[in-house]
Amino acid sequence: MARSEILEHHAELPPVLASGPWRWMHRHFFSSVGQTFLTIVVAAITIRTLWFLLQWAVLDAVWVASGPQACRDAAGACWAVIVEKHRPILFGMYPYDQHWRLVLMIVIYLTTVIASLTPACWKRSILIPMWIAAVTAITVLMFGGVFGLPYVPTSEWGGLPLTIILFTGSVLFGMPIAVLLALGRRSPLPVARGLSVVFIESLRGVPLITILFVAVNIFPLFLPAGMEVNKLLRITLSIAVFFACYQAEVIRGGLQAIPRGQYEAAASLNMTYWQTTLRIILPQALRICLPAMTNHIIAAMKNTSFVIIIGLFDILTATTAVMQDPLWRQFYIEAYLFVALIYLVFGLALSMYARRVESWVAVGRI
Amino acid sequence: MSGVSKWYGTFKVLNEVSLEIQRGERVVVCGPSGSGKSTLIRCINRLEEHQKGDIYVKGIELNDSVKNIAAIRSSLGMVFQSFNLFPHLTVLENLTIGPTLVRHMKRKDAEERAMHFLRKVRIPEQAHKYPLQLSGGQQQRVAIARSLCMEPEIMLFDEPTSALDPEMIKEVLDTMIELAESGMTMIVVTHEMGFARTVADNVILMADGNIVERAEPGEFFSHPKHERTRTFLDQILKH
Repeated sequence: MARSEILEHHAELPPVLASGPWRWMHRHFFSSVGQTFLTIVVAAITIRTLWFLLQWAVLDAVWVASGPQACRDAAGACWAVIVEKHRPILFGMYPYDQHWRLVLMIVIYLTTVIASLTPACWKRSILIPMWIAAVTAITVLMFGGVFGLPYVPTSEWGGLPLTIILFTGSVLFGMPIAVLLALGRRSPLPVARGLSVVFIESLRGVPLITILFVAVNIFPLFLPAGMEVNKLLRITLSIAVFFACYQAEVIRGGLQAIPRGQYEAAASLNMTYWQTTLRIILPQALRICLPAMTNHIIAAMKNTSFVIIIGLFDILTATTAVMQDPLWRQFYIEAYLFVALIYLVFGLALSMYARRVESWVAVGRI
Repeated sequence: MSGVSKWYGTFKVLNEVSLEIQRGERVVVCGPSGSGKSTLIRCINRLEEHQKGDIYVKGIELNDSVKNIAAIRSSLGMVFQSFNLFPHLTVLENLTIGPTLVRHMKRKDAEERAMHFLRKVRIPEQAHKYPLQLSGGQQQRVAIARSLCMEPEIMLFDEPTSALDPEMIKEVLDTMIELAESGMTMIVVTHEMGFARTVADNVILMADGNIVERAEPGEFFSHPKHERTRTFLDQILKH
C-alpha cells in the first residue's frame, strides 16, 4: 500500500535517471520524514531481535554437554538436548538397537519419492516396480520377523517413520478417493452424485480428531467378533478420507474450469466416459488446481500430528513424551524447534517442488 | 431426419424439421443466429438430444441405445467453431488419441495416418507443437485432420470459420474445398456464401427452427423463392 503510493507519487516527477542502491534506498526507505522515522524504528527492532536470536541460538548456546547441568549454567539455547534425545524423538519407542532399520527405511523412502517426482522416471515400467520394491522393503524393515530381524509390532512404531507412513499413506490412498468423489459429485447419475455429496459434506463438517476417535474406538465395535483391522491402517485410512474430502472439492473446481467443448470433442471422437475423463479432462483439471492441491497435501502432512489423541507416537508426540524426562524437561523449546525444522524442511520441499511443476506446466513440458 | 423437434426449456429451437441428405452430397446450412442451424447438426451426432421425431444415419436410428449412438458417431466427424483441440496434448497426440484409444490402432500406424492427414491439411511441420502455439487457422486445420483420422463418412462443420481472423478463413476453406472434391459427404453450417456457391450441392436457409428454403446454389442465390431468404441474403451480401 505505502509502496504503491510512493511509486505513484514518483511517477509524476521527471524521469529518474540515476539508479543504484542509494537511490533505491532513498526511494523506498527515506523519501519522507515519517518514512525515515518508521525505517529507523523498524530497523532498530529488527536488529535488536536478530541480535538476541544470534546470542541465544549461537553465541551463548551449548552444543555438546555431558549432562543437563552444563545447559542450566548457560544463558543460551541448549542444543545438547537434541544430541542427547534425538533418537527417541526421531524414532519413538521402536527398539533402540533396531534403529538402523528406520534409518534405512527413511533413506529408501526419500530415494523412492525423489525418483518418483523426477519426470525422467515417469514411466509405468519404472514407477510400478520401484514402488512395489520400496513398499516391500519398508514393510520388511518396519515389521521384521523375517531374515533374522526381530518382529516389531505397529504399536511400537513411532517418530519420523510413523509420520512418513501416515502422510504418504494418506496421500496415496486419498488422491484416488478424492478424484472419485469429485467425479461423483459432477456425475449425471443421481445416486453417485448424492452419495458423494453426503460423504464429502458430512466428513468435512467434522473435526479430524473426531474421525480418528471413531476409527479407533467406535469402528471396532461394528466388526464381527475376532476380526480386527490394524490400528495404524485404520488411522491412515481415516486421514486419507478426511484429506480426500477437501481435495475432492479442489479437484471439482478444476473440473468445472474445463470448457464444455472438450467433452464434446471427445464425444464426437466416440471416446467413452472413462477414456474422456482419464485422458482428456483429468489431466487438464489437475494441472489447473495444482497450487490448491499442494496446499492440502502440506496440510495433510501436518494433520498426521493429530494421532496424538489416539496414542500413536508420531514425531511430535514422541517429542512431547521424550521431554517428560525431568532432567531435560526445561529445554523443550529447543526440542520442539528441532521438530519444527523437520516439518519445515518437508513442507518447503513440497512447495518448492510444486512450484517447479507449475513452471513445467506453464511451458508445456508436462 | 423427419419431424425433428427440440426445445431448450420452453423455447422451441427446432420445429418439426425434416431433411434428407444423400451420400456424397454437400449441404450448406445458413440462417440468422438463433435459427437452430447449429442445434440441427449437433442433434445428428447426439451432442444435443432431440425430443421428437426420428433421425436415421446410414439406416441406424438415433435413440437412447448407446450402441447406436456409438455406431452413428463412428461414421461422423465433427468440426467446431472453437476448434476444441485438447490443449494438453501435442498436435500429433490430438490426432492419434482417437484411433489408438477408440479404434485400438497400433501407435505407429496411428501416427502414420496422422502425418498423412497433417500433410493433407498442409501443416506436417507443426506435429510436435501444442495447439495453443498455432494460429487459429492452423488449429482449425488440425481439428479437421483429427476428425479425418477417424475415417468418417460424413463430416459436420459447425461454423468452422466464425472464430477466425479474415486472413485465416481462406486456408480453412481451401482445406474444406479439397475435402469436398474428394467426395466426402458434408453438412456445413456457415456464413461463407462464396463457399456455398462453389462447393454446395444444396443450400438450406433456416429461420426460427424451420427449414425455409432448400435449393441448389445457383437457384438459391439468384432466384430465392421465399421472402425470408431474400431479406437474409440482402443482409449478408450487402457489404
